[in-house]
Amino acid sequence: MIGRRGLIGLGTVAGVIALWFALTTLTGIVSGARFPSPSEFWASLVQIWTRGYAGGQLLTHALHSLKLVVMGFLVAIATGIPLGLWMGWSRRAEAAINPVFLVIRPIPPLAWIPLAILWLGLGDAAKIMVIWFSAFVPSVINTFAGVRNIDRPILEAARMLGTPRWRMVTEIIAPAASPLIFTGLRLSLQASWTTLVAAELVGAMVGVGFVLNMAQQDLYPAMILVGMITVGILGWATTFALARVERQALAWNVAARD
Amino acid sequence: MNGAPLSLRETLAWGALGALAFVGFWTLITTSGLVPRQFLPSPLDLVQRFLHLLTSPFAGATLPEHLASSFRRYAFGVLLAAAIGVPLGLLMGWFRLLDDIVTPIFDGLRFIAPIAWVPFAALWFGTGIGGPVMIIFAGAFPPCLINAYRGARFVEPRLIEAARMLGTGNLRMILEILLPAAVPSIVAGLRVSAGLGWQSLVGAELIVAAAGVGFMMVQAQGSVQTTTVMAGMLAIGLVGMLIDILLRQGEAWMRRRRGLDS
Repeated sequence: MIGRRGLIGLGTVAGVIALWFALTTLTGIVSGARFPSPSEFWASLVQIWTRGYAGGQLLTHALHSLKLVVMGFLVAIATGIPLGLWMGWSRRAEAAINPVFLVIRPIPPLAWIPLAILWLGLGDAAKIMVIWFSAFVPSVINTFAGVRNIDRPILEAARMLGTPRWRMVTEIIAPAASPLIFTGLRLSLQASWTTLVAAELVGAMVGVGFVLNMAQQDLYPAMILVGMITVGILGWATTFALARVERQALAWNVAARD
Repeated sequence: MNGAPLSLRETLAWGALGALAFVGFWTLITTSGLVPRQFLPSPLDLVQRFLHLLTSPFAGATLPEHLASSFRRYAFGVLLAAAIGVPLGLLMGWFRLLDDIVTPIFDGLRFIAPIAWVPFAALWFGTGIGGPVMIIFAGAFPPCLINAYRGARFVEPRLIEAARMLGTGNLRMILEILLPAAVPSIVAGLRVSAGLGWQSLVGAELIVAAAGVGFMMVQAQGSVQTTTVMAGMLAIGLVGMLIDILLRQGEAWMRRRRGLDS
């Protein structure tokens, strides 16, 4: 049974599609050179899906972008979470690393793109580097905050029971900090997509950003729309997958359950 | 571990140690010739280049001129986002129907990275001021809308009931009850918007622009001038930090005035 909200939502989506059709195909108020009609959009989708565009089929481009985001994201997690844990664990590490962070943090990840291209060229390595940079900072900051927000009595109880250092990190600190760590990961993931699309727009040979870039140069609005929708679907799918992982990982956490 | 906070002296000492180690390592690998200068300039080279760019033009303008043209676009885009996002958020917080209509559209667009609007922005508004402004808008709009909406939605129900009992109309309800109650949330949203807008600006200028710091960096990249690229990053970071500090101050001032923080 769909509620009132769902019904209005469906109506809105139908309304937007109808308006799109009315403005482009029926009346031509919006010219095809600015925004594609539904049939043009469909034709472009079929074209890139079957024959390919910008050097590959849609699936090739999408999977390539997905692969880069996942790789950069994993590298960022693998480096960011341990650093955050360490900074949360040791006040000295925090004090020593903070100044470096203060300098790097305000530089938007996108500003690393020209440098990454100079260092690593237009290939995959440069993209992974900028994705790593953009996802690294949120994962460090949130892991750090997660460790600092742990209730002191939990730590004191564990220490009183003589828990060894390593088990302290893996069994107490990392799990207790994980809700905030996941908040950081969500932010990291969004940042990763933004950065990847930008990096691929600036220079690439394959990927969704490259499709957008070619479509822009070819003045091909229908393909731009296809590219944008692909970016949206990929962003949604990865966010959804991360939420699934989060639910699994935090199944023990009563507070996180709805 | 996780122990007592360090004293100020200890914090400063460790901080200085960390900073020195960072700068020292950087200086060492660059001046020793281990890393070619073209690849990574030494800190000293970078500072000199930065100071040099302040007065002598690169890619058609000096660094302050590039920054000024970047900032014009930026301010325009963020103000536009706030001018549309905040009122729309408040209206959505009050009129249920509007909320139910806008939310599905908004949710659909949310997952598209702001940068993905670049091709349409260039096609519709050109690469002068319009295109970049639209991309900054796309980056800065969501937090304005969401925070105004949440602020209006979670107003103390008793305030609304009392106002309604006194026969307050829709317009006055929004302007005199919802807006003041939502101000803390709105201001927090504006701060996030300002950060995301600055980020989008850089992206926009890297891809489509003929002036601005991002453009300067792309030009420098094209002629393999690593030092100039890094000077641009430094400038972007400094301005971003300045914007953040100012807005934090503003937020803290507002919260103090409203007695939210002691």
